[in-house]
Amino acid sequence: MTCQDYKDLMMAYLDNELDNQQRLAFEEHLASCPTCAKELKEFEKLKHLTDSVTLVEPEDRIWEQYWNNVYNRVERGLGWILFSVAAILLTIYGGFELIEEIIRDQTVGTLLKVALLALIAGLAILYVSVLRERVYFWKKDRYKDVRR
Amino acid sequence: MDSFCEDETIAMWGCHSSSKEMFEAIVKKHMKDAYFIALGLVGNHEDALELSQEAFCRAYRNIKQLSSEGKFFPWFYQILRNLCFSHLRKRKVRQASSLDGFEQDKIEAEVHHNFDPEVVAERNEYKDRVWKAIGRLDDKHREVIILRHFQNLSYEEISKILFCNRGTVTSRLYYARKRLKEILDREGPHPAGTQKGGQH
Repeated sequence: MTCQDYKDLMMAYLDNELDNQQRLAFEEHLASCPTCAKELKEFEKLKHLTDSVTLVEPEDRIWEQYWNNVYNRVERGLGWILFSVAAILLTIYGGFELIEEIIRDQTVGTLLKVALLALIAGLAILYVSVLRERVYFWKKDRYKDVRR
Repeated sequence: MDSFCEDETIAMWGCHSSSKEMFEAIVKKHMKDAYFIALGLVGNHEDALELSQEAFCRAYRNIKQLSSEGKFFPWFYQILRNLCFSHLRKRKVRQASSLDGFEQDKIEAEVHHNFDPEVVAERNEYKDRVWKAIGRLDDKHREVIILRHFQNLSYEEISKILFCNRGTVTSRLYYARKRLKEILDREGPHPAGTQKGGQH
């Protein structure tokens, strides 16, 4: 085994993750390799230093409110979805009603009616184009069926 | 901390119906782990709290994707880490645009400035430096350091929640620690004395 192979064992040795046989083999290598022994010593110091860093535990009230905050998010998310769907449907319905009324109105000029129809056609083309692009990329997405 | 890789399958929780009570029990069991992992990944209390709660919220909406034999925490961990990494990317982009024309180093420094030493318990100069140095690691390197040192996970457990093999964990830890040592050495002597000639 080369020093590079022993480097893989070094981390496991440091973290006490080796079985007896591996540990003995690694210690044997350490005894004959001052470079690895020095590196291990440095890593041991670093590990000790990193282990000394602990993080502040938040106040109890944070944990008491935690589930309520999660649930409120879930509930509000559902609320926003329903609100958005309803708003879109109502806007489309209202829009069509308004357009129908304008087109049937004899007092409204032809130019305005043509502009309105062009606006609707433009929106429809944009919508179909975006939808087609999304479907195209969705079909090509290699990760779409990945489930963990 | 109990071993969250050995935790109950969704079938055992009996909550494939996304029942509120069952999910509440899951959240209460894992909220501290989720918060501290997020804290390790993003570096400050407010973001960690926000992101860990958002991760639970997404898990609740998508729990049907998890097979009944699937273990909750490794699956949830993927949601949490993706949220945290995506948050960091957005933060980087935001700061890059606000520092338009500045060099990359400055952007990096701003991003890692968010590794707030206020969250370190029993602070001292060296602990603050280690925490900030952890913040300067690449996402993947920081992740293994957090899981190993702050969550006290075994290599086996880390490999399960990262969906990789033990060798990858070992190698990632080696390069993460090496990089951490380099950052600390570059910033001056520290009590680990890893810097050549650096003594304290």
